[in-house]
Amino acid sequence: MSVLVPHSLSDALAALADNPDALVLAGGTDAMVEVNSGHRKPSHVIAINRVSELRSWTYDPVTATVHIGSGVTYAELMESPVAELLPALAEASRTVGSPQIRHAGTLGGNLGTCSPAGDGLPVVSALDGVVHLASAAGERSLSVHEFMIGVKRTARQPGELITGVTLPVLTGWQGYSKVGVRNAMVIALASTCLATDLEGRNVRLALGSVGPTILRCTEAEAFAATAVSFETRSVSVADARRFGELAAAASRPIDDHRATAEYRRHAIGVLASRLLRRAFPNE
Amino acid sequence: MSESVALNEQYELHVNGEVRPVRDSWLGESLLYVLRERLGLLGSKGACEQGECGSCSVLVDDELVCSCLVLAASAVDQSIVTIEGVAPIGSPSDVQQAFVDAGAVQCGFCTPGLIMATHALLERIADPTEFEIREELSGNVCRCTGYGRIIEAVQRVAVSRRDSGQS
Repeated sequence: MSVLVPHSLSDALAALADNPDALVLAGGTDAMVEVNSGHRKPSHVIAINRVSELRSWTYDPVTATVHIGSGVTYAELMESPVAELLPALAEASRTVGSPQIRHAGTLGGNLGTCSPAGDGLPVVSALDGVVHLASAAGERSLSVHEFMIGVKRTARQPGELITGVTLPVLTGWQGYSKVGVRNAMVIALASTCLATDLEGRNVRLALGSVGPTILRCTEAEAFAATAVSFETRSVSVADARRFGELAAAASRPIDDHRATAEYRRHAIGVLASRLLRRAFPNE
Repeated sequence: MSESVALNEQYELHVNGEVRPVRDSWLGESLLYVLRERLGLLGSKGACEQGECGSCSVLVDDELVCSCLVLAASAVDQSIVTIEGVAPIGSPSDVQQAFVDAGAVQCGFCTPGLIMATHALLERIADPTEFEIREELSGNVCRCTGYGRIIEAVQRVAVSRRDSGQS
């Protein structure tokens, strides 16, 4: 077994070129659970949490986008000013685990693991984020919708490293809600991210924990675009309920040891309807 | 610059201000395991080994983390502080003393992690509200106390530091 701790992106990519199937270790909050339990016995580990190029975020006011390095932690995403630029991501980050987990866990790790319950992923999906990958051979970028393939499956190829994600700064309310058994330290049983784009006059809704990967609700989104008033920030109670029903209908949950499919579908309806009312608080 | 270690190769950790060699370990061992089983530092407790309980909390480069989720060999050039590094035996820190005074210790298993988390909390927020205390300590599970006296202990430290002009 070998463990490499590169301090630069070029060193990380060179190490990954030598061992394309190495375990890329970010915050360790998912991977080390598997190592500790003996479910994963890596022969090569590349720990990337000291790669400085991955540890920062930048705001580009010209394109109104934020680029988040894959090594930025949830704790950092909760801090001003990135929290004001991407409020739903800050809100989702605050629901991840505990302070201990948020100091270690990263958005890049969330993408790499690609669990349907990953708290950052509904936000990246609702914002139509772009994922950046690099290898010794070059770089490529793809939509998060193409990046997430299935349960813990992504488009990342052997030898590739997730370097970051680009998210738009939208005008309009956005938020994240999830259901679990506690207020802290909980894996989402069902989660929703709603983002309003006042300029584009649309509402985006993404669901977590109710499908093999994050789901976008195109029917509910199309309904919302006609049902709400972007000028007066209003929606009727009946239309908010209908929005929740369409979201629940778009969910594809399963029964497992955490919750039943029926409970999850119901929760999605409640959460989606509630988020729409928060975004459009007037009747 | 890149640090590399291979199987059975000795590596060094910086723990509580000392350089500690780690020998004959499997490189997949967690920092918690290495602290306890290789370095004999038994203060950090192991329970869930999946980041749920917080009883293994330590500081790595000044950040509060679960040592069970840190790959020890990846922490080679980082500063690690465990409960043993908080205060010398026999002269407890203000947080440790407040836990004793407030009756915040029962079986004591969660206490080292909670002491680490409380020190980190008060570094960040000198005068926390009860809500902030509950949120900041939410990663540390205690099955005895019901948390009331733990919160009281944190508040006592905040008040005494404020009164003595430390914050």
